[in-house]
Amino acid sequence: MKFGVVVFPGTWSDRDCGWVVDQVLGAELTYLWHRDTDLKGCDCIILPGGFAYGDYLRTGAIARFAPVMEQVGEFADRGGLVWGICNGFQVLCEAGLLPGALIRNASLEFRCEWTNLLVERTDLPFTSKCAEREVIRVPIAHGEGSYFADPATLSRLEQRGQVVFRYCGPDGRVVPGANPNGSLHNIAGIVNARGNVLGMMPHPERCSEAELGGTDGLKLFRSVADGALKVLVS
Amino acid sequence: MDERRLREVALTPDEYRAIVEQLKRAPNEVELGMLGVLWSEHCSYKSSKALLRRLPSTGAAVIQGPGENAGAVSIGEGWAVVFKIESHNHPSAIEPYQGAATGVGGIIRDVIAMGARPIALLDSLRFGPLPESGRHFEGVVAGIGGYGNCIGIPTVGGEIYFEDCYANNPVVNAMSVGLVRTDLLMRARAEGVGNSILLVGADTGRDGIHGASFASVELDENSSERRPAVQVGNPFLEKCLLEACMDLSHTDAVVAIQDLGAAGLTSAVAECAGRVEGAGARIDVGRVPRRERGMTPYDVMLSESQERMLVVVQRGREREVESIFHAWDLTSAAIGEVTDDGHLTVFDSRDQVAHLPVRLLTEGAPMRRLVGVAPEPPLDLVIDALPPLADAGATLLRLLASPNLSSRRGVFRRYDHMVGDATVVPPGGDAAMLRVKGTRLGLAMTADCNARYCHLDPHLGAQLAVAEAARNIIATGARPIAVTDCLNLANPDRPEVYWELEETVAGLAYACRALELPIVSGNVSLYNDSNGDSAIYPTPVVGMVGVIDDYGKRLGAGFRADGDFVLLIGSSQNDLGGSEYLKVEHGYVAGRPPALDLTREQAVNRVVLAAAQSGYLHSAHDCADGGMLVALAECSLLGGTGVRCPAIRPEPPLRLDAAFFGESPSRYIVSVPSRAMPEMQSLARRHHVELSLLGLTGGDTLEFEGQLKLSLAELRQAWEVMLA
Repeated sequence: MKFGVVVFPGTWSDRDCGWVVDQVLGAELTYLWHRDTDLKGCDCIILPGGFAYGDYLRTGAIARFAPVMEQVGEFADRGGLVWGICNGFQVLCEAGLLPGALIRNASLEFRCEWTNLLVERTDLPFTSKCAEREVIRVPIAHGEGSYFADPATLSRLEQRGQVVFRYCGPDGRVVPGANPNGSLHNIAGIVNARGNVLGMMPHPERCSEAELGGTDGLKLFRSVADGALKVLVS
Repeated sequence: MDERRLREVALTPDEYRAIVEQLKRAPNEVELGMLGVLWSEHCSYKSSKALLRRLPSTGAAVIQGPGENAGAVSIGEGWAVVFKIESHNHPSAIEPYQGAATGVGGIIRDVIAMGARPIALLDSLRFGPLPESGRHFEGVVAGIGGYGNCIGIPTVGGEIYFEDCYANNPVVNAMSVGLVRTDLLMRARAEGVGNSILLVGADTGRDGIHGASFASVELDENSSERRPAVQVGNPFLEKCLLEACMDLSHTDAVVAIQDLGAAGLTSAVAECAGRVEGAGARIDVGRVPRRERGMTPYDVMLSESQERMLVVVQRGREREVESIFHAWDLTSAAIGEVTDDGHLTVFDSRDQVAHLPVRLLTEGAPMRRLVGVAPEPPLDLVIDALPPLADAGATLLRLLASPNLSSRRGVFRRYDHMVGDATVVPPGGDAAMLRVKGTRLGLAMTADCNARYCHLDPHLGAQLAVAEAARNIIATGARPIAVTDCLNLANPDRPEVYWELEETVAGLAYACRALELPIVSGNVSLYNDSNGDSAIYPTPVVGMVGVIDDYGKRLGAGFRADGDFVLLIGSSQNDLGGSEYLKVEHGYVAGRPPALDLTREQAVNRVVLAAAQSGYLHSAHDCADGGMLVALAECSLLGGTGVRCPAIRPEPPLRLDAAFFGESPSRYIVSVPSRAMPEMQSLARRHHVELSLLGLTGGDTLEFEGQLKLSLAELRQAWEVMLA
């Protein structure tokens, strides 16, 4: 299993994602530069957090035009695993690989804190290690993480079960008080219809070791790594 | 010389005469501007330098003391920690967001210049009371977050105080901590005649011209016209600059890296050359990439445009280095070379526009001989004239809800404090801790000062600041190793302010010597007053770093388990001088700060460190601002576990209010599992340190039988409402 972590100028979760893949998970890792036009045989592409190109215009708006993104789009079309985290989720929405958009937090402030996520899909390559409707603790760190989509898109997402993570209380109840940013339907992460492109605002790479406060994030990395293993075996 | 012109460049007629005397000619306009900025208080330390020499700066682990971009201390396993604190008070008063943001950007570059990767930021902030000072508070917090969050360096600690004296003059100090392999540590020395001088990063604009001079005068009603003297930050560009500079370690072609900060290119080139005996530099402003047309050599030499670095490169290997910057889409331009004529010579293409001895620039400013006179002693506090404590519970709630004691969560959750996957003790407790990846080492860090104590007694106040910072480090289980300091004071031309400066430095030196803590970097910010009045309290912010050999043994402040013994280590004195209790409940600032015995302090510290090392403790918390009851409430709230204690019957003369809310130093609240109690007791006995059993953890209330009983929910409500 080979993970490719994309680095745009202004990306900063690249090293954290790389650390988890390489040092915690022990999987193969390569960094992909924004100007690269070859995905170097990676099986899962991670678009990490950060402020790609400064995000001065609109989050992800410039990154989608990076040369590497053309390859990422084709890779996704072929069914390859693409995982956008935080800024990576914003880039995937801008690139049209996922529907909707991430807008300014309802508080109008940056938020860095732990959240509880209800896992609503466990049949995906990203979540297979999670239990059915498990509540996982994963931190967020964003100023523009409020998920927004028009009513038709939103109901299509809900009907097709494309909402993977929802902000919830520690007991798993999806309540307004558990929503840190004003996301519609408490949405924290969604997947495309085919199930191979995941976008999420919370940072699983920040909770993959006990000393950082939790290990729930590692379940997602393990899911991807083991899922690929299964494919190889079968 | 026209006095108005001299005022513009912040030189006195005497200083001008000294320049003419040494040059044996009149300086031209460009030279006058260059000398003006470098002779400003901000750059030359002409009012404080003589005093600063008294600070201890050496130690076995110190690799780099004051005089470089930042200090460096060895922490073992081949790693050095690099750190520095710096003020950005004046710009933040005028333009809070950009002032704070560029303060963060500047201190990050100081660490980068040492070849280190910045891993953490801390901010020590002071404002006037809310809501009146809301513009300063909101702008500064947003600016710190805006820069730190975007560049991807976690903001893990600091402090925020509200006090009337900062209403016109907020204090904004930013500290950056970095890591570097000791063999890759860089120094900004312009070695090697003929080596190339590269200017990299942002293009040069007209922003920030005279910023250093502006920071060296009092603010007045015209200060808002100084807005162009405040720079504008671009954290994205600095992120690219940071990564490119880290990539420089792949080549050995780089001789030196220097940050462009106050006084821009003038200061950067002069400082680099000034560090090497006899070195000089020849640069051509015509080769400096510019942001706008029509800039004069004067503008280019004095611009304080952000996100720029100077890189000295071995002659002939410029392309190697330039390609690293180009990979990050950064401009780099060879603007000159190192010489051995001891002069900084500036050309505008073919025309020579300045030719000044480097020493005149960096060390020529005549040191000012100021006189300190002690002011009237502060209002006396007759503790027995205070009414007895009526309702301890109600008082505790009011204290927890007060501006200086309330939870800072509402602020630090606006800062990314987790990026880097290294934060193993998050903000909110005593010190923060980051692990050194690939090792078991942990780095604890904090920034502290109780300026109210410094106002009441600057010598003792400075000592207390050092002691408190050390306790914050020790409460995490780490051993303090070194200090960076930022001295924020008012106008030193006033004898009582200069006296404060003298006392502050003496107090810092005394405490740092006693606790064996070298001060390896620092900064002085003077003239923090407005319209000749409203001076700030002397505010010597102490930034401190500590090391723990195995971060698996780190401690948090919060109670961790039910049924643990809660102990007070150290003893409480009958002391309420300068306390939050006195201010919040009785409305005044008076008395002497609590007495500090550094020998006792060390004994107490040794007990806590040994207990942490031996694994006797479940938690540890410094008992400081607000006293024992506030500290207990914090332990309960941070851990989510209550504590039940029998009533306290203090022995006279100790009053109940002093026992609950007095701020005696040299005290910790710790929780200990019952099995470790015998060892804990014998450890304390061995060090002759007092140990009092306060109660047992458990439940969801904080209770002293018959004296107060409050639910954690009530406490949290009070604690978190202020900055929510």
